[in-house]
Amino acid sequence: MPLSKRIIPCLDIDRGRVVKGVKFLEIRDAGDPVEVARRYDQQMADELVFLDITASSEKRETLYPIVEQVAAEISIPLTVGGGVRSTNDVRRLLRCGADKVSINTAAVTEPELVTRSADRFGAQCIVVAIDAKRVNKRKEEPRWNVFTHGGRKDTGLDAVEWAIKMVLMGAGELLLTSMDRDGTKEGFDLEMTRAISDAVDVPVIASGGVGTLEHLKDGFEQGHADAVLAASIFHYGQHTVGEAKDFLAAHGLEMRR
Amino acid sequence: MSTIGVIDYGMGNLHSLSHALGRAAGEMRVDVSYDPDKLRKADRLILPGVGGVRQCMGELQRLELDELVKEMVGQVPIMGICLGMQVLLDYSEENNGVDALGVFPGEVRKFVPLERDGEKRKIPHMGWNQVHFTQEHPLWHGVSQDAWFYFVHSYFARPIHEEHVLGKTEYFGERFASVLLRDGVFATQFHPEKSQSAGMQLLVNFMNWDGEA
Repeated sequence: MPLSKRIIPCLDIDRGRVVKGVKFLEIRDAGDPVEVARRYDQQMADELVFLDITASSEKRETLYPIVEQVAAEISIPLTVGGGVRSTNDVRRLLRCGADKVSINTAAVTEPELVTRSADRFGAQCIVVAIDAKRVNKRKEEPRWNVFTHGGRKDTGLDAVEWAIKMVLMGAGELLLTSMDRDGTKEGFDLEMTRAISDAVDVPVIASGGVGTLEHLKDGFEQGHADAVLAASIFHYGQHTVGEAKDFLAAHGLEMRR
Repeated sequence: MSTIGVIDYGMGNLHSLSHALGRAAGEMRVDVSYDPDKLRKADRLILPGVGGVRQCMGELQRLELDELVKEMVGQVPIMGICLGMQVLLDYSEENNGVDALGVFPGEVRKFVPLERDGEKRKIPHMGWNQVHFTQEHPLWHGVSQDAWFYFVHSYFARPIHEEHVLGKTEYFGERFASVLLRDGVFATQFHPEKSQSAGMQLLVNFMNWDGEA
């Protein structure tokens, strides 16, 4: 009886609504966060991730009451990220009922924030989100750089080295998004997922590009992911989480059903 | 009215635990507190916990809650959750070694990173895993054998006495004690409050348990 592989629906939240962008650009409304969260809890999702993409910080205040409501209603773990810049932000989200907090841009501008947060709240609740993009030329060795600010800014950091560093600094889990694949429905960047998952000892959540159930399977089998994140295949009713689990279990992957 | 005291020593998210307990408690009142005098009056106690063991033991001692827990063993039913289970053993090797409450003889060890057939044992052990009952018990009422629960931890309990083990879980070849029981003290390495219906059933069973057997 091994540990089950996890399926994690991701809810992008903008000013209090669930939205889903394509290549971080187009935005399409996908519903009320509390309702959507409740639906995934009933479908036996293994965890939920909320990423707040609200641009302005005053409007981001809308996130906290939503986290509180969702945490009160669901009985699976909830990770919340987006705009987390201080241990105060981490504490506030945990107090609202988040089980884990994801740190992205701030981990690059201030890596010590990861260490301070892990020391204070425990590494198990600190997720470092890495947005990465392939930067090698054709015929070169594969290489990926870390991007920040919603994928607009190239930090010049090598994603594999960055992942190793973040684990040393205290990350308990990594959320790895391929900027090349996000929203494309072409499947994960499997090479990148595998390179990072094999390089670290903490669990890795693969994200970006899921369009079919086959892609989820590839993420585990070829990408060596411990968990897979998906949004649009679940939000728009293409598949339920249960269907995804049935499919993966039929292919020999350990699933909680 | 009967009350459930949740021992709040400032570590971790008691929000979802309080909500889950509120649902499981029925007519009982849930009291989240760090005041030993208040907790001493509770009819049952919950010792939660996430984070590091040194800080956890430090806070328990500072607030004189370590003595409270030891004093209440055998008096009222007590439930330890996650780190709240680990501190019930004698000693943990986390944070260069920390002495703990010693309710269960034994110690707490770290998972060792392993690789087997190209697969890695990731640490923390994070996610859903199964719990196998090693003994029948009223606390398992309505919970199926090998039910799934949510775990997140890097250290695990190694109690000396096998008769204190109520359930086991396997992680990458390590079959560890995920549920402990003795003299009215019940402890789970997993988080029942994050474990959907099986977790809720276990919390309800704890509420209904008289602490005997």
